[in-house]
Amino acid sequence: MNILSIAYKNLKRKKIRTVLTVGGVAIAVAVLVSLVGFDRGYQRSLTSNIDRMGYQLLVTAKGCPYEAATMMLKGGGGLRYMEQDVYDKIQLDTRIDKITPQLVSTVFDPERQEGQGGFAMYMGITDSFLELKPWSKFKSGKWFSSDTAEEVIMGYEAAEVEQRLVGDKIFIPNINKILTVVGIFARTGTQDDGIIFLPLKTAQQIFSLPNKLTGVGIKLKDIAQIGQFEEDLYNEPGIQIISLAQVRGTILNLISSAKVMANSVAIIAIFIAVIGVINTILMSVFERTQEIGVIKAIGASRMDIFRLIWSETILVCAFGGILGSVLALLGSGVVEHILKKILPYAPSGQLVLISPSLLAGAFLGAIILGVISGFYPAWRASSMRPVEAIRRGE
Amino acid sequence: MSETIVKAENLTKTYKLFAEEIVAVNSVDLEITSGEFASIMGPSGSGKTTLLDMIGCLDNITSGRLQILDHDISNLKESKLVKIRRGKIGFIFQDFSLIPTLTALENIQLALYFADSQQKTQKPIKLLQKVGLGHRINHLPKQMSGGEKQRVAIARALATEPKFLLADEPTGHLDTKNTQEILNVFKQLNEEENLTIIVATHDPKLGLQSKRVIHLQDGKIVSQEKEAVLSSP
Repeated sequence: MNILSIAYKNLKRKKIRTVLTVGGVAIAVAVLVSLVGFDRGYQRSLTSNIDRMGYQLLVTAKGCPYEAATMMLKGGGGLRYMEQDVYDKIQLDTRIDKITPQLVSTVFDPERQEGQGGFAMYMGITDSFLELKPWSKFKSGKWFSSDTAEEVIMGYEAAEVEQRLVGDKIFIPNINKILTVVGIFARTGTQDDGIIFLPLKTAQQIFSLPNKLTGVGIKLKDIAQIGQFEEDLYNEPGIQIISLAQVRGTILNLISSAKVMANSVAIIAIFIAVIGVINTILMSVFERTQEIGVIKAIGASRMDIFRLIWSETILVCAFGGILGSVLALLGSGVVEHILKKILPYAPSGQLVLISPSLLAGAFLGAIILGVISGFYPAWRASSMRPVEAIRRGE
Repeated sequence: MSETIVKAENLTKTYKLFAEEIVAVNSVDLEITSGEFASIMGPSGSGKTTLLDMIGCLDNITSGRLQILDHDISNLKESKLVKIRRGKIGFIFQDFSLIPTLTALENIQLALYFADSQQKTQKPIKLLQKVGLGHRINHLPKQMSGGEKQRVAIARALATEPKFLLADEPTGHLDTKNTQEILNVFKQLNEEENLTIIVATHDPKLGLQSKRVIHLQDGKIVSQEKEAVLSSP
């Protein structure tokens, strides 16, 4: 026999009341775990997506820099074009480690999404693309046979969606062009998975955009030179330079207001849970007034009673912490699905990241909740004078 | 030589009820020594339970002096009183006051737990066997009769080997047969083990079987003659 087993048996007396209180704590914990998991998962996925673009800086035609960057991240049309001369000039800068030109174009394909239609994203690239993304491996096939070949390499998901294999032909609607699939990239977990790549010169020719680019990705030899490099290019006409670190910060700012709202909900849920726990345990203390008096009569000290009631509260919160963590784990898939639907930009990868350390933290948090909310009921019970407690209950 | 268990001198207890002051126990002088089986009798409101609560260190006194064993408890704080209650006084209540979620065995273990006793397994079993409940060890209070519950309460009171037992109306909720059984247990404990027993009761049968009767009326001791039980209201 120990204080925890006595406390556990006490909680079993009013099963429905205990279950409801545990449920309240569980919901608060589940909300909190999901929110923190989302915060971590979103940041990690976004950072991973940006890192896996392979470059630190993106040069684009003048316009809204973040719109351009988001377009690059997300895919989509409405891109602005700049002259290829810009690339030819910038690449001479000795501070550059690697540089790659890109031409992005989107084509509406009425056959996509089971006949409902959808945009296919094409990107014209050069050999330097693989130098910036050394992790890009071929699932099957190989690189283009020449820089003017009428060939494509498909991203992993693009090939899956269109059910293409190496050697297949793909037809580009509106342009009426047929290209041969020569390679399929292995999954990278980035937006590249959904893109159809073709040689830059071929892309410029078939999309009728001679000497045009949508962006130039740049990786510097020394990351500390980013500020100076940006400043040097600031006065170049018709272009702008975007640091992807800034893009990351801006996207995180965009979702921060939604996070404030969600955090407020979590705080309210925790507050309600604390009130619920205090109410339940106080009710239980008042119902057991005589019993507490009798326990004191048979030898329990104030501290014994305090520990007993405190243990009951901590047990309720510990059960709530475990149940809430399980709920958050089981529900993370649903939460992720909903978030991907409602967020303006959802990076690929796991958006809700629930790690063992987060679960351990949630359990510890629930215990602290129990320690705080159990203090007052435990103090009330331990302060009862034995004779008054015994007689009041009669 | 007999040891002093209770010594009260001019013991008084008053309560405030709204603006009125109620004198529950009024200038009581009383001495109970080891080996006694004393009944405190009297009509409702005569101060029996209040006197018992003070002797049991459950309630503080208003004036006078009260010695329990070798402790003057007149001005002791709750933290000191609990040390006297724990292990030196065994309590038995009218409504048994067992913890409903604990078995007969666990109810006894609870008293040993608070007394920090090491004998938490064999001793409670022996005590239950002693009160004739060896077959009810793992039964919950709701699975037992009133007489059985009171015998568990007696076993619980005995668990810490107290110097004396205090029983408040111990047969109040029992039928004639169970009342006699409880009386037999008390007589056996008193006669065979020389355990001091102090009982507050309405029950003349219990009073007659005790060795001494303290008759209270309006908070005062009016008689300590056993024969007065027969003529009490």
